[in-house]
Amino acid sequence: MAWRDSRRSRQRLLLFMSAIVLGIAALVAINSFGDNLARSIDEQARELLGADLTLSWNRPPSPKTAQLAKTIGRDRAYEVSFASLVSIPKTGGVRLAQVKGLQGNFPYYGIWEVQPATASRAFRQATNRVALVDDALLVQLGAQPGDSVKVGNLSFLITGRVTKTPGQAAIAATVAPTVFIPAKFLASTGLMERGSRVTYKYYYQFAPGTDVEKYVKTITARLDKDGVNYDTVAGRKKQTGRSFADLTKYLSLVAFVALLLGCVGVASAVQLYVKEKVTSVAILRTLGASGRQAFLIYLIQTALMGLIGAVIGALVGSGVQLILPQVFGRFLPVTVETALSGPAILGGIGTGLLISVLFALLPLLAIRNVSPLRTLRTSYEDDLSGRDPWRWVVYLLVVGFIVGFAWLQTKNLMLAIGFTAGLAVAFGTLTLLGLGLIWLVRKFFPTSWSYIWRQSLANLYRPNNQTLILVTSIGLGAFLIATLYLTQGLLLGRVELSASGNQPNMVLFDIQNEQIAGIRDLVKKQKLPIMQEVPVVTMRLSDINGATEIVRKDTSAKTPKWAFTREYRVTYRDTLISSEKLASGKAPYQTNGAVFVSMEKDFMDRMHLKLGDTLNFNVQGAAIQTIVGGTREVEWNRVQTNFLVVFPSGVLEQAPQFHVLMTRVPNNQTSALLQRELVSRFPNVSAIDLGLILKTVDDILGQISFVIQFMALFSILTGLLVLASSVVISKYQRLRESVLLRTLGASRRQILRITALEYGLLGLLSALSGILLSIVGTWALAQFVFEVPYRPDTLPLLVVALTVTALTVLIGVFNSREVLVRPPLDVLRAEG
Amino acid sequence: MSILRVENLTKTYSSGGRDLTVLHGVNFTLEPGDTFAIVGPSGSGKTTLLGLCAGLDRASSGSVYLNDVQLDTLNEDERAALRNQHVGFIFQNFQLLPTLTALENVMVPLELRGEKGAGKAAQALLERVGLGDRGHHYPTQLSGGEQQRVSLARAFANRPKLLFADEPTGNLDADTSATVVDLLFELNREAGTTLVLVTHDMELASRTQRIIRFKGGAVVNELVNDRVVEGLTD
Repeated sequence: MAWRDSRRSRQRLLLFMSAIVLGIAALVAINSFGDNLARSIDEQARELLGADLTLSWNRPPSPKTAQLAKTIGRDRAYEVSFASLVSIPKTGGVRLAQVKGLQGNFPYYGIWEVQPATASRAFRQATNRVALVDDALLVQLGAQPGDSVKVGNLSFLITGRVTKTPGQAAIAATVAPTVFIPAKFLASTGLMERGSRVTYKYYYQFAPGTDVEKYVKTITARLDKDGVNYDTVAGRKKQTGRSFADLTKYLSLVAFVALLLGCVGVASAVQLYVKEKVTSVAILRTLGASGRQAFLIYLIQTALMGLIGAVIGALVGSGVQLILPQVFGRFLPVTVETALSGPAILGGIGTGLLISVLFALLPLLAIRNVSPLRTLRTSYEDDLSGRDPWRWVVYLLVVGFIVGFAWLQTKNLMLAIGFTAGLAVAFGTLTLLGLGLIWLVRKFFPTSWSYIWRQSLANLYRPNNQTLILVTSIGLGAFLIATLYLTQGLLLGRVELSASGNQPNMVLFDIQNEQIAGIRDLVKKQKLPIMQEVPVVTMRLSDINGATEIVRKDTSAKTPKWAFTREYRVTYRDTLISSEKLASGKAPYQTNGAVFVSMEKDFMDRMHLKLGDTLNFNVQGAAIQTIVGGTREVEWNRVQTNFLVVFPSGVLEQAPQFHVLMTRVPNNQTSALLQRELVSRFPNVSAIDLGLILKTVDDILGQISFVIQFMALFSILTGLLVLASSVVISKYQRLRESVLLRTLGASRRQILRITALEYGLLGLLSALSGILLSIVGTWALAQFVFEVPYRPDTLPLLVVALTVTALTVLIGVFNSREVLVRPPLDVLRAEG
Repeated sequence: MSILRVENLTKTYSSGGRDLTVLHGVNFTLEPGDTFAIVGPSGSGKTTLLGLCAGLDRASSGSVYLNDVQLDTLNEDERAALRNQHVGFIFQNFQLLPTLTALENVMVPLELRGEKGAGKAAQALLERVGLGDRGHHYPTQLSGGEQQRVSLARAFANRPKLLFADEPTGNLDADTSATVVDLLFELNREAGTTLVLVTHDMELASRTQRIIRFKGGAVVNELVNDRVVEGLTD
């Protein structure tokens, strides 16, 4: 019966269900991509590391460990890296880069993509001064292979352009582009002086079949003791896999939003469908069908169409995932092999079926209450909306499903509840905005406007209008896109704010004790201010309250493992500076030989420490016992050298250290001049120009926002599909109105203008609702999270508003074209 | 000069691969001020004839001259303009725009032609049909009889030369029907409009001067209602 009844309306039913196609497609695409990415990471794990094992350290390990490092594995490559300013003599360009001195056959696994392809082999065997340089650096400094690059005291001939290094996502080269040089020339660069922040790393290749994990376990204790970091294939796989699994899970929530939008569309379409089917239901009831039977007929119809929609969505999604590796592009550390993912497809179909039925249930419940009396009296009005207690059950099921889905994706109940609540707030606010705007239009109806305007405005609240559903669905899409732009602007604004006013905008670091006077002179000679000058000492934490990491592992203490493995960069002074505020205890001080340090408040919480705890630091071989004497709140978003741990003065003065100096350069020319002077006179000193940071942040945000925009696109497209289907389902009503107007003498042009204006107003209302919500949301972000003044950029918002409006008009008018060509006689025919 | 002339009008529809002729060579002429009824059973082609006379559809053969303009020579928009200029309509289902108030519905024909002062004229007409105080009500807030009265006011808004009424009392109860019909004929007489009434109600038809009986798409006979004609000539 369900099948027979749907005969004349299958096409329309299918159209309702098309609203969920894109949501399912997005979901299946992201989950398939996630599966494929996990598999690719698994398969290419060795290429992520480029070796079977790596060992690295920032300070020389014990001679025994150093000796061990030289004997592990079948073959090994050696790398020394540090940050330094490099310059291109030909163009005069200077930039902070990662300098890596390589020796050996790195990489053992994966392809080092260098142009020309022969350059990497030639580099490994080189006896002369050659360099391979990251593409990003060459582009920024206007150089190319054949030019030379100056690193410290030496010039190197650039023989190749590096486009990809194993285990490194392309985006990493934007943040810290690398210059590779043969290790044997490192000493002559003059950059390896005492105190420079240098990382030493060994890459190992083992004989096939070696259990590297098992071997590493035998030397872990010694490596930990010496502060040597180690990374195995399995470890890297786990770490990379986890961060990308998180990414795909959150993106699947974005896809889920598109699906929910589609479902709201389905619910509204089914509601109209039910209204049209009321007479059929009444006839069925007269012939003896129970309310339950009638309900089941239409439930089966919608379930079937939901299934078809979900299957089509899964097919589209499986196709879309093929282009996702290009969308993620520079973020991916491995080459993703795309293949159909069974779990993603089945999961998508199941989700689509379930959620379309759940949302269709709300309007379908009304069918149970249709009275057979309608067959006798057409004017008989049932109370279809009713106060059916089952509605609440359905509401609960819908909320339960959303929370459940979000929990399945994130495995975090609080986050799932937060996501559902956030959605409810967004939907609720958009609905309220939509209602408010309609109310405003009715309340302040412009009676003096021309007929065309008034008719199109009035159409927004015609009976069975779709205004609210469209404001919600298109508005949510506009909200997502506008929020992306505004948040991006906020983040950039925050960095820009740091550079504004009289705040420092250039940081010089790695300044050695004997260089500090020379650097001061250089800065003063350029008539630049010295805004801050601080010493920095690097150290590691050996124990907390007498317990080392190994002991603490077995106790209930919650100290995180990284507390012992990370390197601490600390300074020493007895007072707090302008970016700090005392939170508890005192500023750093010494009494009776006891050293009281000050910790950053949040850091102390993460370490699970309290005032009075003792911390034993290893300062490059020398042990220093300290006590937590106070905490500070630190304004991190100021360009200042801020520290997690501050020592009192009189303790670290003799320790190996380097200095950081901050100044403010008025323009790019002065910045370039200062950096050129630095490269020639103090080659080991590095400089960070805030302009460069701004550019890098902009570049990374651009990449991230492209990925999110791609996902938000599904929401916008779903919104437009909901629009298209609601235009089609409300076509009969508009057809009647337009034909009537034609009968009364309206020209095609007048009808077209009314239709276009109606959809223009609808699109504009939706876009404005979404943008308004987005402005409020990002204002709250600016006010409470980023703490920056809020000045939204109006141009992107204008573009969003106009694009959404234009698309709405286009789709609305395109789907209404039948209205324009239908002969007016139909209006008489409709009277029967 | 006749206001409506119908010559050898034939309409054939193609349905399921078969041709179905619903009008067979219909002829008649109406002079200004005539009242005219087309009566016949359901499916006899009455509404098709009315649609063709008003230029809402195109004939398969034959011609319709409205105010001496041959409708077949005009395109859709030109016919719409002609209707707006000379024709008024009353429908069985009232056909009011649900999004507009009663007053705005009456204003539509005037506003479509860009006439100034539409509000005043519409208000006067609403008062004439006894709904002066209901102008700001929406159609759903009005009874069937009231909706048909708004529809009457709208039909006369553009001061038409020719008024087509298609089963104007079909959806009304007896008492309301009588009120609406009285009002229709009063307004018609005052405005000197030519009235074409489509109905299967002989009692209603008997209030017009001429009646043609329709069956199977062809005119069976034409009656001249002497009582009405005499009444008019008295």
